[in-house]
Amino acid sequence: MTDAALSSSGINASVRTSRAPAPIVPPARIGGNALVAVIAIMTFLSCLTLGAVTLVRDTAGQWETQIAREATIQIQPREGFDIEDALTRTALTASAVKGVTGVRVVDPDATARLLEPWLGKGVDLNALPVPRLVIVTIDPVNPPDFAEMRAALDAQGLGARLDDHRTWVDRLVGMAHSTVIAGLAVLALMLAATALSVAFATRGAMSGAGHIIEVLHFVGAEARFIAGEFRRHFLWIGLKGAGAGGIAAVLAFLGFGIWTKVNMATPGADQSAALFGQFHIGASGYAGVALVALVVAGITALTSHFTVVAFLSDIDVPRNEQS
Amino acid sequence: MVPSSAERMGLFPGVLRKTFSTAKVASPVIRFENVGLRYGMGPEVLRDISFDLPQRSFQFLSGPSGAGKTTLLRLLFLSLKPTRGLVSIFGKDRLSLSRTELPSLRRRIGVVFQDFRLLDHMSTFDNVALPLRVRGREESSYRADVIELLKWVGLGERMHAPPPVLSGGEKQRAAIARALIEQPDILLADEPTGNVDPPLARRLLRLFIEMNRLGTAVVIATHDQHLMEQVDARRMILSGGRLDIHD
Repeated sequence: MTDAALSSSGINASVRTSRAPAPIVPPARIGGNALVAVIAIMTFLSCLTLGAVTLVRDTAGQWETQIAREATIQIQPREGFDIEDALTRTALTASAVKGVTGVRVVDPDATARLLEPWLGKGVDLNALPVPRLVIVTIDPVNPPDFAEMRAALDAQGLGARLDDHRTWVDRLVGMAHSTVIAGLAVLALMLAATALSVAFATRGAMSGAGHIIEVLHFVGAEARFIAGEFRRHFLWIGLKGAGAGGIAAVLAFLGFGIWTKVNMATPGADQSAALFGQFHIGASGYAGVALVALVVAGITALTSHFTVVAFLSDIDVPRNEQS
Repeated sequence: MVPSSAERMGLFPGVLRKTFSTAKVASPVIRFENVGLRYGMGPEVLRDISFDLPQRSFQFLSGPSGAGKTTLLRLLFLSLKPTRGLVSIFGKDRLSLSRTELPSLRRRIGVVFQDFRLLDHMSTFDNVALPLRVRGREESSYRADVIELLKWVGLGERMHAPPPVLSGGEKQRAAIARALIEQPDILLADEPTGNVDPPLARRLLRLFIEMNRLGTAVVIATHDQHLMEQVDARRMILSGGRLDIHD
């Protein structure tokens, strides 16, 4: 029919002009705000868990690095022994080893301050056989060969004992790894719970869409087309919910970060910083949040896809019902 | 059959006219041979059903409630597979059809459901255009045809209205228009006059007759005796799962 014919037949001009047809899956009824809210909340919790695991992993890494960055050499004072000369020679020997970036002799005052919590003030250390310390700062990337350093110190014959903190480092590394593994397990559980809740919520939201799938099926739509329509619809719902949850999580981390900066040097903030470091999840943390949001949106879309496919299979299989 | 008034006046929509002007072969569009169907492990609800559905034929499918009319219609529009016997549709054995082949065959079968099955969130225009849209066609390519068909079924002024505001008769006509828009070879209608008053029932029946004159094979499932008396057509009567045919 030509435009002139349409015009003469009195058909509304708005029909002749291009307009967007109604979406095949109604945006308001199928899915709706409840599903968006469920997806947003679960994504938010998953992202918080991911951020916390990232924080713990980074902090544990910092602990390891800080402890592994130093070694100490002890020299026991003896009768008729020039301890200061021994400390100087030990420091020179240690500083000559490759991988050592600095050497510092802990002077008597600093030693007294170290012992002050146990011995109190004003104690004459010369009267006690308190060992003196040499702090050796090492390059954590290219650490020195401690066996070589130990041999060089033994060759001096000063009775110097090298402590490379390996025992402490090993313990801390073990603890940090356990913490990260526990965090990853919690994250895995959280992601599984998110996936299941989102999948069930999506299926629930789709329970009212059976008549649409059926009509599309009987007017000759291919399964691929029907699944594609629902996949697109639910992917959009998933992106909205997961985006909102992810953004809320990022804002929460930024908020914590600002709070710790504002309250810096206060006892509470210092304690938090000592335990967790700075509330800064870094680029990998933000990438993780984006990934979680995308995965959640993908789960929503895939669930709708498989629900449609299962529904279509049921339509074509005779069931034990009579009409 | 004598030409209808609509035919004489040249009022058939082009969307239907252009399709049915093509020559057709004489083989039946649907053939049933000793077909039986049971649901699960239950008793057979259809037994030894055999019939041909010729092209351009018109028939009523009748029988008491629960006799299996809707089940037989579901077999006809490929929603069910027979548990025994042969169902041949457009020359193809139903049991050998794969799922991917079904959509193209379904497009050749228009179905008017008893409960209309219109999508409430769409306008009447969008509902009628749905079979074309799911094939990926642009609206500009079918807009004129849909409008013409809507006018033909008397819904030209209601094309923007969503189904919830349509009367029962208007919904029925919208469902019929949707079944026709793909220019089907067969039209199956399940109790199409069940929800309308007698004058509208007669009007809908005239619509089906006119479509049949244009070349569509029509099967109307009904238990409305008065409706069947108005047309001299083949009657397929289901009773106790068996089919009797009165030509």
